[in-house]
Amino acid sequence: MKRRLPGWLVALTGLGFIFLHLPILVLIVFSFNASRFSVHWTGFTLDWYLKLLDSPLLLRGLKLSLIIAVAATLLATILGTLLALALARHRVKGRQGLEGLLILPIVTPEIVVGISLLVFFTFLHYPLGVSSVVIAHVAFSISFVVVVVLARLHGMDRSLEEAALNLGADEVVTFWKVTVPLLLPGIIAAGLLAFTLSFDDFLITFFVAGVGSSTLPLVVYSMVRLNVSPTVNAISTIIVLASTLTVMLADRFTRSRTALPAGARPKAAATLPA
Amino acid sequence: MTRLRAGALTYLHTHRHAAAWSLLGPGMFWLTIFFLVPLLIVFAYSFMKRGLYGGIELQFTLESYRRFFDPLYLDIFKRTFVLSVLTTVICLVIGYPMAYVIAGSGKWKDILLFLVILPFWTSLLVRTYAMIFLMRDTGLINTWLMDLGVIPKPITMLYTEPAVVVGLVYGSLPFMILPVYASIEKLDHSLLEAAEVLGARPAVRFLKVTVPLTLPGILAGCLLVFIPALGSFLGPDLLGGAKHMMIGNLVQNQFGAARNWPFGSAVSFMLMGVVLISMLIYMRVQGREALGAMGGP
Repeated sequence: MKRRLPGWLVALTGLGFIFLHLPILVLIVFSFNASRFSVHWTGFTLDWYLKLLDSPLLLRGLKLSLIIAVAATLLATILGTLLALALARHRVKGRQGLEGLLILPIVTPEIVVGISLLVFFTFLHYPLGVSSVVIAHVAFSISFVVVVVLARLHGMDRSLEEAALNLGADEVVTFWKVTVPLLLPGIIAAGLLAFTLSFDDFLITFFVAGVGSSTLPLVVYSMVRLNVSPTVNAISTIIVLASTLTVMLADRFTRSRTALPAGARPKAAATLPA
Repeated sequence: MTRLRAGALTYLHTHRHAAAWSLLGPGMFWLTIFFLVPLLIVFAYSFMKRGLYGGIELQFTLESYRRFFDPLYLDIFKRTFVLSVLTTVICLVIGYPMAYVIAGSGKWKDILLFLVILPFWTSLLVRTYAMIFLMRDTGLINTWLMDLGVIPKPITMLYTEPAVVVGLVYGSLPFMILPVYASIEKLDHSLLEAAEVLGARPAVRFLKVTVPLTLPGILAGCLLVFIPALGSFLGPDLLGGAKHMMIGNLVQNQFGAARNWPFGSAVSFMLMGVVLISMLIYMRVQGREALGAMGGP
């Protein structure tokens, strides 16, 4: 856009960005505040972070969250990538139905997903615990993986695969030596998204975790309900930093220029969180 | 060479069907069994009799749907609708100018977009906690205002409806900015120049050219804000408290303390119905393309 932006519009946008980011920044700053009870700054401390190490509940929650997120990410990324390949490369019968099935998890309110899985597991007398949480997380992240990988597939240069086939590589070799390496940034970005979705999920996990398998967000939720404390600020800071790192990584992968035409980039970024 | 290629193509052709199904099968299985079937069970439960200790009894009744008209619940539905509409409107008013500026920000664009995407990836629970940290009676805003002598005693901000709306806007603003940004990006500038040449003032140009052309983005953004707002749980739970319940809290309550699974199921289905109707209207207006990246080969 060549047109110059009016000053008030830029100022308004600045305020918008402050609104989006200042609350978290303040939260982080006060995780280093020495005072336990007030929001007056009384000096720098790392005590609240050290306190985290003393909380077996938090540590167990963190461990469970990591195990669940890794398992759910692997499964969702594999299933989602296969679906994306089928959608992009094959004429699929009943395509509309399949697309509907894929859109469903994106549009269904989380609360409905949570209670429907609770009802489902109870119906089957399936014990609630780590495995039910993994099943749930895979179910709601597959669609997001499909969207991210499809964006990459649509931006890919097919002539490279055709060249490989022309030069005598069979379909399998072409797939592993050409398609997969070209697709890899998209798959990794999708995996990172699935990881964050799983690691941060509160509401669905809340219904399907059962007693005794509280993930990190569930532990933090019960802490937040009890009271505001610098320890919560500290654990929140760690969670925020972890997701910032993840999004920076994912951003690198979705923006890597190989075989992605410039025009496809903002679109891919916009579909990322869908 | 051509023969090889023809061979490869024949191979692809003959194995196409099996290949497609081996790719589709596992994912479709997962989504059907662990997403679609549970939703259908909830639908069936909404017509059942309530079990004594949670769960259901296998007996058909419309009791749960009748309960919708209880003033207590009508109140919750009304509040959910009003607060969600308010959230959507505020997001549009703040988000549109932001998207507009980002689209015209030149070399800043990448970093600004990153700043919009970042909150998406940050835990909603943590962001809601940040709101509590700022807004509670002994929170940052009250403490600072009192220190500065602006107010004598804390203003009650938490556990009010405005607090819920602020929390919802804070949580969903990026959902408005991104689609609006995408449609402003695509804007054909020759049309704006034409309007300028023909003597339209900036305000008129904006209202008669820019807004209509970016309508798809506006609609998409409103949908992406409105739907999650309708189903929100954490915002009203932590910022609104028990007095300002929304549908999400009602559902949680029915599956938790109240132990009325059929009614919880019926409310969930009404929510689902509203979501699907909004989606259908949206698709009608925008065409199938609107749903984005899922287009075929």
